[in-house]
Amino acid sequence: MEVLLAIIVGTLYAAGIYMILRRSLVKLIIGIILLGNGANLLIFLLGRIAKGAPPIIPGDSKVFLEAYSDPLPQALILTAIVISFGLQSFAIVLVKRAHKVVKTDDLDEMNATDEYS
Amino acid sequence: MKTLILRTASNYMLPLLLVFSVFILLRGHYLPGGGFVGGLIASIAFVLHAFANGLGDTRKLLKFHPGFLMPAGLSVAFLSGISPIIFTGEPLMTGIWYPDSLPIVGNLGSALFFDIGVYLVVLGVTLTIIFSISESA
Amino acid sequence: MLTAILSGFIFSIFLVFAGKFFKGKLAVLSSLVPLALFIYFLSFIPQVANGEVIRQSHEWVPSLGLNLDFALDGLSLLFSLLITGIGFLVFAYTAAYLKGHDYLDRFYGYLGMFMGAMLGLVLSDNLLSMFIFWELTSISSFFLIGFNNTSEASRKSAVLALAITGSGGFLLLAGALLLGGVAGTYSISEMVGLSDTIIQSEYYVWIVILIFGAAFTKSAQFPFHFWLPGAMKAPTPVSTYLHSATMVKAGIYLLLRFTPVLGGEDIWNTTLITVGGITMFYAAVHTLFRTDLKGVLAYSTISVLGILVFLIGLGTQYALTAAAVYIIVHALYKATLFLVTGIIDHETGTRDVTRLAGLRKVMLPVAIAGFLAALSSAGMPPFVGFVGKDLVYESTLQMGSWSVVLTAVAIATNILVLYAGFVAGIKPFTGKLPEGFSKVHLPGFLMWLPPVILAVLGLIVGIFPSFIDGPLVKPVVDAVGMDGSAVQLKLWHGFNLVLGLSALTLAVGFLLYFFFKPSKNKERKIARYDFMAPITLITGFGDSFTRFSNWWTRIFQNGFLRNYVSTIILFLVVLVGYSLFTDHDGIPIDFSSFSRMTYYEMIIMGIMFLAIIFVVGARSRLTAVVAMGVVGYAICLMFVIYSAPDLAMTQFSIDTLTVILFVLVLSSLPKYLSISDYKMKAIDGVLSISFGILITLVALEVLGEPVDKEISNYYADNAYILAKGKNVVNVILVDFRGVDTFMEIAVLTIAAIGVFSLLKLRLRRDDRELKD
Repeated sequence: MEVLLAIIVGTLYAAGIYMILRRSLVKLIIGIILLGNGANLLIFLLGRIAKGAPPIIPGDSKVFLEAYSDPLPQALILTAIVISFGLQSFAIVLVKRAHKVVKTDDLDEMNATDEYS
Repeated sequence: MKTLILRTASNYMLPLLLVFSVFILLRGHYLPGGGFVGGLIASIAFVLHAFANGLGDTRKLLKFHPGFLMPAGLSVAFLSGISPIIFTGEPLMTGIWYPDSLPIVGNLGSALFFDIGVYLVVLGVTLTIIFSISESA
Repeated sequence: MLTAILSGFIFSIFLVFAGKFFKGKLAVLSSLVPLALFIYFLSFIPQVANGEVIRQSHEWVPSLGLNLDFALDGLSLLFSLLITGIGFLVFAYTAAYLKGHDYLDRFYGYLGMFMGAMLGLVLSDNLLSMFIFWELTSISSFFLIGFNNTSEASRKSAVLALAITGSGGFLLLAGALLLGGVAGTYSISEMVGLSDTIIQSEYYVWIVILIFGAAFTKSAQFPFHFWLPGAMKAPTPVSTYLHSATMVKAGIYLLLRFTPVLGGEDIWNTTLITVGGITMFYAAVHTLFRTDLKGVLAYSTISVLGILVFLIGLGTQYALTAAAVYIIVHALYKATLFLVTGIIDHETGTRDVTRLAGLRKVMLPVAIAGFLAALSSAGMPPFVGFVGKDLVYESTLQMGSWSVVLTAVAIATNILVLYAGFVAGIKPFTGKLPEGFSKVHLPGFLMWLPPVILAVLGLIVGIFPSFIDGPLVKPVVDAVGMDGSAVQLKLWHGFNLVLGLSALTLAVGFLLYFFFKPSKNKERKIARYDFMAPITLITGFGDSFTRFSNWWTRIFQNGFLRNYVSTIILFLVVLVGYSLFTDHDGIPIDFSSFSRMTYYEMIIMGIMFLAIIFVVGARSRLTAVVAMGVVGYAICLMFVIYSAPDLAMTQFSIDTLTVILFVLVLSSLPKYLSISDYKMKAIDGVLSISFGILITLVALEVLGEPVDKEISNYYADNAYILAKGKNVVNVILVDFRGVDTFMEIAVLTIAAIGVFSLLKLRLRRDDRELKD
C-alpha cells in the first residue's frame, strides 16, 4: 500500500505543478491546493502508516500497550490542513482582486510590477 | 437555496451541530477531536445556517461580528499559556490541573482552556473569511 | 589605548546629536580631540624609544580568535603621531575651509570615524581586528570622497575608490585567514616568532599575493593607482589627511608590519621592487601632464608611495630607515602642499596651474609655506627632504649588480617629484599677479597657520635630524626587525657620490621646472592614450560585468511565474534525479504490502486517481472544484483507514468549507482560461510528470530507510503521565508544542484579517471606479 500511496502523492504533485504552470489564475489556485494535499499526504506517508492503530492511549492504561501510528506527523498535518485553508482563501481573494484591477486572467500579462500600484 | 426543508432543518441543525462541536472540543484530550476540529464543525454549522436563511439572519443570530472571536480566542489561549507563570511559578505552557475528574472532559486543566482558545480562533477565522467573501461576491 | 581609538568614534556619534552646535564658531573646538590624542601619544615616545612595546588586550569574540589586542611599538607610534598630529591641523583647517557649510558636522563625523579607524588599524595586534579597522577606513574614505554628494563625478569617484579599496580589504581578509590558519594564531607579534614556519608553508606564496593585493590597492600602486586621482574630488582637507598623509599609507604600514613575518624571500623583494619602481616612475611622469594642482599632487603622492614600496622591497637596513624617514618627510611637505592648494582653491576659485601666478603678493605666509614645502620635496639641503633623498640613494647604491638601474630610476623619479613640488608650491606664487586675482586676500590664520607649521617643522627637522632619529625612526626600524641604531641620520655626509647624485637631481629638476611648462595641450595629448590606461581596462571590466548581470537577471527574473516555477522544478528534477540514479542500489519496494491491501483501499485510491485526472482535464471551473472536493474526501478516507481519526475529521471539515468557499466565489472568479497551445501543454506535462515520478521515487527511497522515532515515542510515552491526555495528537498540539500552535492560530488570524481587509479596503479613486 505504501507504493500505491507514493504513486498517489507523485500524481498529486505532478497535477499540482501542471496546474500552476497553466497561465490561468483559477488553475493556479487549484494547483496550489493539490500541491498542499500532496505535501500533507507525503509527510503522512513518510511517518510510516499503520492500519487500525490510532495514537490514542486505550482505556485505563497510562501508556501504549500495542503498536500505535506516529502522532507527530499527524499533529503537523492537522495544523497544516487548517493553515492551508487560510492560504487558499487568501489566494482566492487575491486573485479576485488582481483580476478586477488588472482586468486579465492571464498570468503572463501580470509580469510587470510598476504599472499597477 | 432558501428551500423550506433546508431552512427548517438548519434551524434544528444549528444548535445540534454547535453542541456536537463543543462535545468534540471537550473530549479532544482523550479521544479524536479538539479545538481545530470543533471550531471547524461549529463554523460549518453557521455556514449551513447562512446557506438556508441568508447571511443577514445568521449575522443577526450571531449578534456580533465573528471577527471578534479571533482576539478573544487568542487571549484565552495566551492566558492559559501564561497561567502557570502566574499561579504556580512554573515555565510557560506547563500544564496545571484541577485534581478531580469530570465527565467527558476528564481532568480539567490549562490545556483545555488553550484548546478553547484554538476553537474560538478557528471559528472566528473561518466565519470571517466566508462571510466577507460571500458578502462581496 | 582602547579609549584613544574609540574617542574618534565616540566623537562622531556625539556629533550625530550635538552636530548643530558645532557648525558655527565652535567647529574649531573639535580639533581638541586629535590634539589631546597627539599629546597622549607623544608621551609614549620615551618608553618606545627604549625599545618597550606597550600592550593592551580586551576580549571580544574569543571563540573566533578575535580579540582587541593593541600593541604600541615604534611603527605604530610613528603612524599614530602622524594620524593625530596632521589630524589636529586638518581639523582646525577644516573649520575655516568649510566654514558655514550645511553639513560641516557630518564632515567632522566622518573625519572622527576615520581617525578612530586608522588608529585602530595601526595599533591592532590582532590581524582580524586590524582587518575590521582597515575596512572602516575604506568606508569613511568613501563617505568623504563622496561628500559633495550632489556632484556626479564625486559619487562616481567614491564608488570607484570603495570598489578598489574594498576588494583589497577582501584580499586582506583572505590573507589574514590563511595566515591565521598557517600560524595558528591571529596575533601579529606572535607571528613574527613563527616566521620560518610561515615562509616554509605551502601557502606562503598565496599569503604574500593576498597581502600584496591588499597593500597595493590601498596604497594606490600600479595598476590599481587610478582611484587616488579620482579621490581628489573630495574637499581638500580630506585629500590632505586621507589620501596623502595617512590612509593611503595603510598599505605601506601593512607591508612594513609584515616585513619581519613574510619578508626576506625573493618573491617578496622582487615583486615590491618591481611594482614600486613602476609605480613611482609611471606616476611621476604623469605629473608632467597635469594642470590641476590636485592632480599634480595626487600623482606625485602615488609616486612617493611607489618609492616607499620600492624601499620596503629593497629591504636593507638603509632602505627601511629611508622608508621610515620618507614617511615623515612626505607627510610634512605633501600635507603642506595640499593645504596650500586648498587655500588657493578656496580664495581664487581655481586650481588650474596655468592660470595661477603671483599670489605671493596677496598671501605671503601661504607663499612661504609653499616655498618651504617645495624645497623640502625637492630635497634641498637643509630640509628634511634632503635627508630622506640621501638615504634613498644610499640604499639603491648598495644593491650590487642592479644598483645602476635602481639608482637611475630613483633619480629620475626624484627629479619629477621635485618638478611636481615646484609646480604646486612655487609656481602659483611667482610671476605677475593676473588682473582677476587682485581682490584675492589672505584667509584667516586658522587656514594659513597649519601649512606654515608643517613647513617650518620640515625645515627644523632637516637641520636637526636627531629630533626624529632616536625617538621616531630608530624604533620603527627596530619594529620591522632591523637594528635601528646602525644608521645615523645626518644632514651632511661629506663630499661623496650620494651628494653628487643629489646635486644632479636638483640641477636637472630646476632645468625641467624652468623649461617645461604645464599646459592644457599636453594634458590633451596624454589623454589620447587613456584607452590603454588601467582605469579604462578595469572600469571597462566593471561595466561589462554589470551588463552581464543585467542580462542574466533579465533572463531569469523575467516576471513570468511559470518560468520561475519551471526553472526551479527542472533543476530539482535534474539534480535530485541525477543523485538518485548515480548512487542507487535499487528502489526498495515492499511487495508483500500489496497482499495486505483490501478492496476498499484500492477503490479509494482508484477514485482519487480518477479525480485528480478530472481536476486536471476539467473544462469548467465547477467540474474542477467538484473533482477537487472528491480528492479531498478520498484523502479523508485514507486518514480514516490509516489510523488518523483527528486528521480525517479536520480534512473533512476543511474540504467541505473549501468547496463552499469556491461555490460562493465561483461566479465572481475569472473564466476558466485555456491559453496554452498543445506544445506548451506537452512540455509542462513532461516536466510535471517527471517531477511527480521524482517525488514518488524519493518517497520510496525514504521508506526503505530505517526511521528514528525517538521524539514521537517520547510524546506517546509521556502523553498521559505528563499531560494527562490520551489523544496524543491533541496533547502534542495543546501541550507539548503549545507555543507552536499558538503561533499557528495567530497566523490564521492574520490570514483572516488579510482576506477581510483585501475585500473591504478601497485604496484609490480609480480602484473605486473599477468596482462600479
